[in-house]
Formats: sequence, structure tokens, C-alpha cells
Amino acid sequence: MESTGIVVAFYVLSAMTVMSALSVFLMRNLVHAIVFLVLSFIGMAGLFVTLSADFIAVAQILIYAGAISVLLVFAVMLTPLASRNNGNSLYAAPGLLLGAAIAAIVVFTAIDVEWNELTGTALEERAFLDTISGIGDLLLGRYILAFEVASVLLLFALLGAIVLVTDRGEVDTEAEAEDGASGAVAADDAV
Amino acid sequence: MTITLAHYLAVSGLVFGIGVAIALSKRNVVAVLMGVELMLNASNLAFLAFSRFSGAFQEGTEPLAGHTFVVFVLTVAAAEAAVALAMAVLIYRRRETVDLDRISVLRW
Repeated sequence: MESTGIVVAFYVLSAMTVMSALSVFLMRNLVHAIVFLVLSFIGMAGLFVTLSADFIAVAQILIYAGAISVLLVFAVMLTPLASRNNGNSLYAAPGLLLGAAIAAIVVFTAIDVEWNELTGTALEERAFLDTISGIGDLLLGRYILAFEVASVLLLFALLGAIVLVTDRGEVDTEAEAEDGASGAVAADDAV
Repeated sequence: MTITLAHYLAVSGLVFGIGVAIALSKRNVVAVLMGVELMLNASNLAFLAFSRFSGAFQEGTEPLAGHTFVVFVLTVAAAEAAVALAMAVLIYRRRETVDLDRISVLRW
């Protein structure tokens, strides 16, 4: 990983990722924070590409930058009366301290430890030419049980989300329907 | 100038710390979920960096196992986001708020 392109790409992408993550913390408007979160996800996908993880990078853009951010925007839009304020809670100081402490510990450990890592030509040889077939082999081979459990997890998450947001109270829906009807009548009267 | 494993782990640690700070100190439920997503993302970066750089893989153990684990993390993240945001919408319907300072009791 010595070529100038990789070095420049790493620094640009990591600056983009970390700065966008910081902006998620600093933004005062929740929707702006979501935009910076998407930017951070895209920078992270670029870092995955520099690690020659092509499939994961594409999946990252599809799932995180695409699906999860749309889900977050939906959650914001479905709670219209709640404030768009991205402010801190009453207990912000301990959370900030803990976050800074964890970041410091991980960074100093990463720098201090003598990692058993590949360098030079061995590292060049490790570069994955084709990750998709390897991931597929592992998913349907050694990790088949985890794969099936993940599918069950997805099924139950789907069911759970549907069950949670479904309005089952028939009385409530009738009351809402009546509200809607009376509202329409009131609107007609106003006209 | 060489990019080593430590560089990637440092970026991962920074993003994870920012995620922890967001998840613990934001008032809005959606913002807290954004912090959790950042933490999961940082762990993905660490997995992929070890998978690319580590010389500790024995003969016959695939370095791509890290990629496989990231696939599972993505799955769990998607499931968690779907259920947690459904819960946020449910709380909003009952309480007209998603402010965590005002949803501080376990039963009401």
C-alpha cells in the first residue's frame, strides 16, 4: 500500500468519513445530520474499496447509503410533530467523555501494538482479485448455519416491524375514520 | 509513506468513538440510531482491514472470513434499524414525542 494513489485516496476518504461523522454530531437539524451520515457511509465504502473489498463496498452503498438512510428519513417524516432538533440530552457530558475515551484507547492501541501484518510483496499478493465467489463459498459452506439464522432473523425483523406499526385497535381506526369524516364535513362547511 | 493496518484501525476507532458519543448524548431517537449505525460501520472497517492485512491466517483458513462476517453485520444492522425505527414511530404515536429526555420511564 505504498503507491501514491492509495495513500492519497486513504487520507482523503478517511478525512471525509471522520469529518462527516463529526458533522452528524454537530449539526443542529436532524435532516442535515442524516445527509452527513450518508456522506460518511459513502466515504466508508471508498475505504472498503481501498481494502480491495469490492462486494462489501457495493453492499455498503446499497444497504447503508440507500436503504437505511431512507428508513431514517422515513422515521423523521413519520414523526412530524416531534422537533427536528438534533440537540444533546441532559446527560451529554458523560457520553461525550466515553466516546472520546474509547476513540483515544483504540487509536493509541492501534499505533502502539506490533501487529502481525503483511507488508511489501506479501501484501500485494494478498489483494483479493475476486471476493464475490469466495464470500459465496464461505456463506454456503462453512458458515451455512449462521447464514440460515440470519435469514430467520430478517424474517422476524420484518414481522416485528409490521406488527409494531400496524394499528390493530378497531375502535381507534373507527374513531379516526369519524374524525376524518367530520373534518371533511367541517372543511365543506368552511367552503 | 505507507498505509498500514494501524491507519485503518485508527480511522475505525475514531468513527466508533464518534458513534458512541452520538448514541449516548443525543436527545432524538433517530439520532441515537444514527450513532449505532456509525459504530457498526466502524467495526466493519476493522474487520475488512484485518482481513486484508493480517498475517495470522493459518494455511487453509480463508482471509475472506472477515468479509463474510461483515455480510452478517450488514444483515443485523438492517434488521435492527427496521425494528428500532418501528419502535420510534410507535412511541411517537403514543406520546407525540421522540425526545429521550421525556421518555425516561419504563412504564406509563
